[in-house]
Amino acid sequence: MRAPIQRYRNILDFALSSLLRRKGRNLALICVYTLVIFVIASLIFFVQALKREARELLIQAPDMVVQRMVAGRHDPIPTIQAEAIRAIRGVEAVQPRLWGYYYDPVFGGNLTVMAASDQELAVDSVWVGRGVARSMRVNEGDLISLRGYGGQPILFAVQKILPEASELVSSDLVLMSEKDVRALFNFPEGLATDLAVTAGNPRELATIAAKIVELFPDTRPIMKTEILRTYEAIFDWRGGLMVVVLGSAILAFIIFAWDKATGLSAEERKEIGILKSIGWESSDVLLLKFWEGAVVSLTAFLSGVLLAYVHVFFFSASLFEHALKGWSVLFPRYRLVPALDAYQLTVLFFLTVLPYTAATLVPIWRAATVDPDAAMRS
Amino acid sequence: MASSPMRKSTLCLSLIGVQAALFLVMLLHANAQKDRAIHQRLSSGILVRRLGLTDLCLFTEARYTRHPAMADRHAAFQDHPMGLDHFPSGSLLAPPTFPSPHARTHPAVPEHP
Repeated sequence: MRAPIQRYRNILDFALSSLLRRKGRNLALICVYTLVIFVIASLIFFVQALKREARELLIQAPDMVVQRMVAGRHDPIPTIQAEAIRAIRGVEAVQPRLWGYYYDPVFGGNLTVMAASDQELAVDSVWVGRGVARSMRVNEGDLISLRGYGGQPILFAVQKILPEASELVSSDLVLMSEKDVRALFNFPEGLATDLAVTAGNPRELATIAAKIVELFPDTRPIMKTEILRTYEAIFDWRGGLMVVVLGSAILAFIIFAWDKATGLSAEERKEIGILKSIGWESSDVLLLKFWEGAVVSLTAFLSGVLLAYVHVFFFSASLFEHALKGWSVLFPRYRLVPALDAYQLTVLFFLTVLPYTAATLVPIWRAATVDPDAAMRS
Repeated sequence: MASSPMRKSTLCLSLIGVQAALFLVMLLHANAQKDRAIHQRLSSGILVRRLGLTDLCLFTEARYTRHPAMADRHAAFQDHPMGLDHFPSGSLLAPPTFPSPHARTHPAVPEHP
C-alpha cells in the first residue's frame, strides 16, 4: 500500500522541483491565475448574494403597482381611481403611495422621500435611513433642513434612524407624514405617486391588470413578478457587463496559460528525454506533468475562491463595488449574507482547473512517446 | 544527527490541505450565516411590507437606477450627467459638460445646519 503512495509522492517531489526550477514564470502564472479566479468568483458571489436578497425581500412587495402615464412618462395618479380599482373582483386592498425624490445640494445625493402612515411618526418629524444619517451627519433628535418646492428651507426633527439591518432597502429613505410630503413638494391633494394593489389570489393578478388597463387606459400596472424579473435581469446585466470588461484580461490569461501549458521548451523536451532514457515510463512522465498542472491550478482555484469570499462577504466587495454601484453619492453600507451556489462553484472549477490540467497533458503525451534519443537531440 | 529537511511534497500537500480546510470552513461559515440572514430579512421585510417598497436601495444615482422596477423605459442621463444608463447607446452619447443641473441654479452650496 505504501509503495504506490511513495511512488506518487516521489513524482510529486520531482514535479515541485521542476516547478521551482522555473520559479519566476510559475509564480507569475499562479498569481495571474489566482487573480482571474478571484475576480470571476467575486462577481459570482456578489451577484448571487444580491439576487438572493432581492428575491427574498421583494417577495414582500405589493402584488401590483399601478402608475399613470402621461406622454409616455410616469405622472401622479388621482386617488379616486383607487376606489374604482378596489371594486374590481379579486382586489383585496388598494393603497395610494406618496413618494418622490429629493436632491440634496449639500452632499449631492438623491434621497427618496416617502409618506408613512405610522402612528408613531409625528408631524414635522422624519425617520431617516442609515445612509441619510451618515451623509447628513445627523443623529436622533437633530434637525435637518430640506428645501421646499418654493426654495424655502423646512426644518424636520429626526425622530428615528431606521435599523441598520434594513439598510439594503432603506438607506436613502426619508419617511414623513403625508401632510409633510405634500407641503414639501407642493403635491396636490387627491393625487398619489402610484397605487399599491393587493390581490386576494395572486393567480388572478393578470386578469386584474387587464381590467385596470381596460378601465384606465393611461395606466401601467407593474406586477410583482415583473419587479422580481427586473432584478434578475439587472444583476445578470451588471455582472455580465463586468465579465465583458474583464473579457480581454481573461482572454490574455487564457493565451498566456495555453502557451505555458502547451508549448514545450527545448529544455523541457531534453528533460523528458533524459527521464525516459534513465528508465521512466511514458505514464510516469504524464503523471509528473499532471502533478505540475494540478498543483498550479488547484492552488490558484482554492486561493482565488477563498480570497473572493473574504472580499465579498467580509469587505463588501470593496474592490469593484463602485463599478457595480455606479456613480451614487449616497452609498448604502450592507454586509451581504453569503449565498454560495454549489453549481456555479463546480462550473468555475471545471472551467478553470480541468482545462489547464488537461492542456498540460497533450503536448507532454506527444513528447513522451518519441524516442528518448531524438528528444534529447531536438 | 541533523534532522532531514521536510520533503517538498509534504509541504505542498499541507498547503493544499490547509486551503481545502479553509474552503470547508468557508462553506460552514456561509451555512452558519443563515440566522443573521433571517434577522436582516425580517427587519427589511417589515419595512418592505409596511411601506409597500418595490426596490432595493443599491444605486441611488438616478431615478431609474434607484427604482429600476418603477422607472420609465428609457432614461439616459436623466438625473445625473455621469449616471451610466442601461443601454449600449450610453457608451456613445456624451454626458453634458457642466457638473450638474443644480450647479447652474445653485452655484453656492449653503452650509448644512
